Amino acid sequence: MRRLARERGEAGEKPDEALLVLTHKVKGAARVAAMGPAAAAAGVTAGAALADVRARLPDIVVADHDPFADARMLERLADDCERFSPVVAIDAPDGLVLDITGCAHLFGGEARLLAELRGRFRRYGFHARMTIAGAPDAARALARFGRIAIVPVGADEAETRLLPVAALGLPDDIRIALVRAGLKTLDDLASRPSLPLSARFGEDVARRLRRMFGQGANPVTPRRIAPSCIAERRFPEPVGRIEDIEATLADLMAELSDTLMQRREGGRRFEASFFRADGIVRRIAIETGQPTRDAKAVLRLYHERLEALADPVDPGFGFDVIRFAATETEPHAPAQASLDGRVQEEGDVADLVDRLSARFGRTRVLRFVGVDTHDPDRAARLAPAVEHRGDAPWPAPEPEEPPKRPLQLFASPQPVEVTAEVPDGPPRTFRWRRVEHRVMRWEGPERIAPEWWRDPSAPTRDYFRIEDEHGRRFWLFRAGLYERETDAPRWYVHGLFP
Amino acid sequence: MRDDLAGLRRKLALLERTSSPRAALLFPLGCPEVDRALGGGLGRGGLHEVYAARPADAPAACGFALALALQAAAERPFVWVRHDYAGAETGGVYAPGLAEFGLDAARLILVRVKTPTDVLRAGAEAAACSSLGAVMMEVWNDAPALDLTASRRLSFAGAASGVTLMMIREGASPSASAAASRWSVSGAASAPLEGNAPGRPAFGITLLRHRNGLPQSSWIVEWDRDRREFDDAAPLARGVASLSAGGRLAAAGEGARGGWRKAG
Repeated sequence: MRRLARERGEAGEKPDEALLVLTHKVKGAARVAAMGPAAAAAGVTAGAALADVRARLPDIVVADHDPFADARMLERLADDCERFSPVVAIDAPDGLVLDITGCAHLFGGEARLLAELRGRFRRYGFHARMTIAGAPDAARALARFGRIAIVPVGADEAETRLLPVAALGLPDDIRIALVRAGLKTLDDLASRPSLPLSARFGEDVARRLRRMFGQGANPVTPRRIAPSCIAERRFPEPVGRIEDIEATLADLMAELSDTLMQRREGGRRFEASFFRADGIVRRIAIETGQPTRDAKAVLRLYHERLEALADPVDPGFGFDVIRFAATETEPHAPAQASLDGRVQEEGDVADLVDRLSARFGRTRVLRFVGVDTHDPDRAARLAPAVEHRGDAPWPAPEPEEPPKRPLQLFASPQPVEVTAEVPDGPPRTFRWRRVEHRVMRWEGPERIAPEWWRDPSAPTRDYFRIEDEHGRRFWLFRAGLYERETDAPRWYVHGLFP
Repeated sequence: MRDDLAGLRRKLALLERTSSPRAALLFPLGCPEVDRALGGGLGRGGLHEVYAARPADAPAACGFALALALQAAAERPFVWVRHDYAGAETGGVYAPGLAEFGLDAARLILVRVKTPTDVLRAGAEAAACSSLGAVMMEVWNDAPALDLTASRRLSFAGAASGVTLMMIREGASPSASAAASRWSVSGAASAPLEGNAPGRPAFGITLLRHRNGLPQSSWIVEWDRDRREFDDAAPLARGVASLSAGGRLAAAGEGARGGWRKAG
């Protein structure tokens, strides 16, 4: 049975006594967007003009309504709620949906869980309305329009039937049409045949009604995909020392490792979430090149990662929940003793890549990936080594020939001043980085046409291999064919030979 | 007290001699004259420093170090740790060029880091991985982090794992280190091919320092990519080589600031 908690946080973050009103501009006039409980009790409604409200209640406190700040706050709250369940969805603009299937017993039952959640929100200064129900839509509607906190198992339909049609969350015009037709509660709707209802008010009404009563599949779409493999620790007293944190990670990894072993899987990506007592959540992820469940290796990567962080995990007053999850897993056969040294070698190198990637970042530990093109700029691509094994060997060069391509290539060719024979002779001298180079040996041109389907206006390049009087070798090119493409071709140095 | 000292000395002596048997092996450079002078080749599992004689010789230094690493690594994978600054100065490592030089780019793991300290860190991490053939580290400019202690630490790591370590220094003057050998490298005129085309890569190399106290000397060598070894430069190339007399380009400090202007 799926049980859901639903809570509703009002945007008001100030104490309840003041008559707080948040306003936004609608067509140039300030209107009430939201109000505190005291103001609501005094009869302020959303959408009222601020001037009218002021006339009636002179001592209201007015603040600007900032929907973006509200959304950010909701995100932070959602982060914090992940301590109760990994499946948390945001119900914009002011709600959260938690799938607490199988979670309640961890807190001593649904009532206790609800109480803890409520206490937490009160501490943050929120008025939250919460309902636990069988279907997400029922919970969502009951939290906003109902009075019940925990719906008994199977009573979703009975409870929601009493709600007004507004609880369906339909567009305003349909809602008004329903009310005008005398259909005021969900019971009114449900007791009528659905076909004429759909014909008159649209398919949406019947569908929402079915979802409300928990009929048919009705999943929560979580903001983050819940990892399939999770281990977590809850602390009665928050922990803050890095040694304790690493020791906890070690325990959790041992659990994960067992689970992965049973499922014959290995993790490719791990994520540790640190829930601070004051609601801030920090997540640190690592990746590995090959699926692994080797606790020692993973912990070592975490150690590297934590050490390399510019801003280490700030425990504040301590973490009260630490969760460790394998967020990406792949089938991984039990390790077998290798007779082949090569397998061992590959494993060692993959471990090294993981460690280096954890410390310096995945975009800094790279392998070359070949691209089938004659454009020298794109002939090789660098890809994170954790993703690519680099198994395909590169084509071997032609024997007896000197290197035709430079060892180092400038990402953007560097302009040089050249004296050269026209129309397509080799350079005689060239000046680069303020140094004059005399050309002693040269070979070329090697004409490389641009890929016209990428950039039709790119000029043809004539490449020359050049050696200067100091025995330094360069890869120069002239952009553009003389007279045909340009009258004053420009020259560039593109690469350097050893 | 004296016993303690003697004990420590013994321990030190042991440490200096130990290291895996693989580390004791030498790899020959292929050029008979150089190998004879080196007593058979360079030590596998040792730390070797390659200085660019001038900043503009950076590609030559990289090429020479890469050639040595290739010889030491045989068919094993290897790692090149580059200081970001090097990429800005001389361009990024180019895979087709690696292949043309004799290294299958699929075997290379390229690590790009921001600071010389990170080069050392990544280098030390890689040096401990005995499945690697060689680790190249490349640092531009003088870096205080690359001191005697750092080089000693690297040397030990290499000796323990048998991974040959190449430290490429560009725009820097040699400083104290525990490296097994130190070279200064410049570009050298290649033996021209038909039509005066540049030939195989040629290097002017100077052995500045060797752990066994070998005398300083210079050679001009050519890299034979197909056989993966160095050759004596062809006589013709030697005639026009622009190596300064007596191979005294060793004093990298004097000319280090000449040549290229720093970019950026």
